[in-house]
Amino acid sequence: MFDIERWQEIFDTIRKNKLRTFLTGLSVASGIFILVILLGFGQGMQNGIDAEFRGDAATSIWVWPQRTTVEYRGLNPGRRVQLVNENYQTIQQSMNADFDKASILYFPRDVQIVYKNDLLVYNVAGTNGDLQIIENEFLSEGRYINETDVAQNAKVAIISNKIKREVFSELETPIGEYITISGAGFRIVGVYGEYGEDEGEEERIFVPISTAQLTFNGSNKINNLNFMLPEKESFEETIALNEKFTTELLRYLKADHGIAPEDDRAIHIWNPIQEAKRFYTLGTAIELFFWVVGFLTIIAGVVSVSNIMLIVVKERTREIGIRKALGAKPWSVVGMIMHEAIFVTAIAGFSGLIFSMGLLEIVGPHVEVDYILNPSVNFGVALSTVFLLIGAGALAGFFPAWKAVKVKVIEALRDE
Amino acid sequence: MIQIENLHKSYKMGSNSLHVLKGINFSVKEGELVAIMGSSGSGKSTLLNILGMLDELDEGSYDLDGVPIKNLNETKAANYRNKFLGFVFQSFNLINYKNAMENVALPLYYQRVGRKERQEKALKYLDQVGLKEWADHLPSELSGGQKQRVAIARAMAAEPKVLLADEPTGALDSTTSYEVMDLIQKINDQGNTILIVTHEEDIAHMCKRIVHLKDGVILEDKKVDQVRADQYVQ
Repeated sequence: MFDIERWQEIFDTIRKNKLRTFLTGLSVASGIFILVILLGFGQGMQNGIDAEFRGDAATSIWVWPQRTTVEYRGLNPGRRVQLVNENYQTIQQSMNADFDKASILYFPRDVQIVYKNDLLVYNVAGTNGDLQIIENEFLSEGRYINETDVAQNAKVAIISNKIKREVFSELETPIGEYITISGAGFRIVGVYGEYGEDEGEEERIFVPISTAQLTFNGSNKINNLNFMLPEKESFEETIALNEKFTTELLRYLKADHGIAPEDDRAIHIWNPIQEAKRFYTLGTAIELFFWVVGFLTIIAGVVSVSNIMLIVVKERTREIGIRKALGAKPWSVVGMIMHEAIFVTAIAGFSGLIFSMGLLEIVGPHVEVDYILNPSVNFGVALSTVFLLIGAGALAGFFPAWKAVKVKVIEALRDE
Repeated sequence: MIQIENLHKSYKMGSNSLHVLKGINFSVKEGELVAIMGSSGSGKSTLLNILGMLDELDEGSYDLDGVPIKNLNETKAANYRNKFLGFVFQSFNLINYKNAMENVALPLYYQRVGRKERQEKALKYLDQVGLKEWADHLPSELSGGQKQRVAIARAMAAEPKVLLADEPTGALDSTTSYEVMDLIQKINDQGNTILIVTHEEDIAHMCKRIVHLKDGVILEDKKVDQVRADQYVQ
């Protein structure tokens, strides 16, 4: 393999056939380049989808009642369904094993929020401590609502960063300030924030659920049930658990509220993981698509390399004849052609690899489009495609070379 | 040097068989300059191809310098060609992307001679054919006569036992032909054995012996008084 004379002979040939070498190299390099870029963007989409769903905990479930749409046991359709504390307690007792966190929300209506004679236009929601994790909120200051608050009907409130900015900007901290909600004074104990640029959910002031129900005549009504399920090892298991849980939950709630089992619209369940599943499936499909396109690109690369090799060998048939007449052994001629082919494809393949990886490295982190984030590629995968292409190029070069060597010298040298 | 007995060769052309050589007996001693003559289809090129191990014989025997040439595989034939034979072709057959010196050095590459020594030897042989100053020119920059002289230098560079020339002057005008023949005669004068296939009478008479082939058999094999080519060369 390391025959300096052979290398010199090959370099001579390459130097004197620049165009041919360049074209062979170009097809290989562009094949690798396109594949790496495609794979990179496939990965980028995967990353982008992951990032889009970071806003809410992916395994959470939101449940809220609506109106019945099917007549059932003498009850007319169009009846409003009202969830109550007992539902929450029953679920906690009977299905406790299936979820990690559970929270309830109560939205009192027609409340007036006043801070130092200013009327504030925000929503109020009663909840318990688990909501923070389910909604994936972070805490900027102070603390969140806890179990003690709920147990003692504490008059405490949590505001968002947005409210802090809009109302309490002159103060160093809003903690310890009092706001009046429908005549009752609440002490601010914490400031929360939402992930993501969309601050639509930062419109809410949270108070303990028990306090809200008591103070705003909510009795035992609740508006939302939220759950967070444990994440299983595989995505499929998590999905299966999610489906099992929602089915049981619906069965219980429908039975408890006199809803027809086939009435799918009386209770709404919002399930980000199902959305995520669609996107993950899409992401997998897109990745597969990129692989297929990339693979076909490689095939095209191999075909064009073989094509060029075929032409090169055809063009060199006479030269091969001359070399044989001068005493070249068949294997030395085949070896020389293959050696040259492998050398050219390797150099071209690696330059395509380096160039495309470099491009991804430089441009990748700056790509900020929805659903595409930091496109990158697995180096091992890219490297093996280069080797695949080199192997294919060598194989593609071998057969025409062998055929050319088998041509008798007199035929190779015959004048056209 | 060359000993051929009862040589037969036929080609299959579809269902027909073409009997080209029908029992040739022929020998060449060292230092001879032999012209093989005949009209086209007489079998002269086939004979030369068999002598050059570019083609195989069907029947009979062929000894080259005491070595029987029979049932050679490609590798062995390549070895023998490299060691024993030098070729000169009508259409020169230089490698077009290599310059004159590299072309001359090529057989030495296959003899595994080192690069430096190859170049020195190639220059020496180019000097012998009077083309030392043209060493770094590509074949496309040389005239027909110059190309043939490069080809002769290449054939001689391997220091073969026999030089085989297939219509070496076929593509050249008569002045250039005589120059090339003058060169061949000089190489022969140094004791090299040379066989030339030609159909030109004047070229044949510049050799020392003429073998006439017709329809695959030797019609006539005679020694002639050599006409020196240098008298035509200015």
